[in-house]
Amino acid sequence: MRLEYFQMVDRVVALDSDSITVESHVPDHSPVFEGHFPGHPILPGVLMVETMAQTGGWLLLSLNGLDRMPFLSKVGEAKFRGFVGPGAALHVTSRLVHDGSGYAVTEARIEAAGKRVADAGITFRTLPFPDPALREAMLATARRIGLPGHG
Amino acid sequence: MTSPVFERIADIIAENSDVARDRIVPDAHVINDLGIDSLDFLDIVFAIDKAFDIKVPVEAWTQDVNAGKAPAEHYFVMGNLAQRIEELVAARQAKA
Repeated sequence: MRLEYFQMVDRVVALDSDSITVESHVPDHSPVFEGHFPGHPILPGVLMVETMAQTGGWLLLSLNGLDRMPFLSKVGEAKFRGFVGPGAALHVTSRLVHDGSGYAVTEARIEAAGKRVADAGITFRTLPFPDPALREAMLATARRIGLPGHG
Repeated sequence: MTSPVFERIADIIAENSDVARDRIVPDAHVINDLGIDSLDFLDIVFAIDKAFDIKVPVEAWTQDVNAGKAPAEHYFVMGNLAQRIEELVAARQAKA
């Protein structure tokens, strides 16, 4: 993870036709932890949501062959069940609930040390890439995280 | 007299938006009259997809409208929307 760059996914570890699991290592140090919170550094809930959204996004990108970009459109029933501190190893899973016309619905969860620490329902709009540079960046990231077919 | 499909869709819209159920009548335009925004419409389409086990082809409809192949009313006026959904359900049943 590079929190300041919103790089939340480190590596894809499993992928099939309707689910994905990725690994993410929370950095030991980040300016984020200086404010959230002094003396009690924890990963902000919004960044856990972003991590689940990016995980689901990679599932959709894989399923559509990096043809369309998923954009976050709805977060439902997000629950934060435990603190996540610096250095934590996260397993993040996203499952496709429904593949609609121009949108997709997913359910995601984050586990740390074998315990579920967050979950949410996440809905995306899927749109043609608005700019070729974005698609190129996503392709480069797909290679970095080892998305099957691109790693 | 409205169809059971119309009634189910009207219920779904009322459940997924701030629109009062009695305003959802056959000649109401989903966007212009009922004021459904794009995010609420997405929730509504998801609920319709699930309720009728179909995939409402919203993107194809939008492309048709933008290309001038069909007026927006053909898809987005409630009575017509219910008719489009009935056609999709019939097509699914024909495939089964």
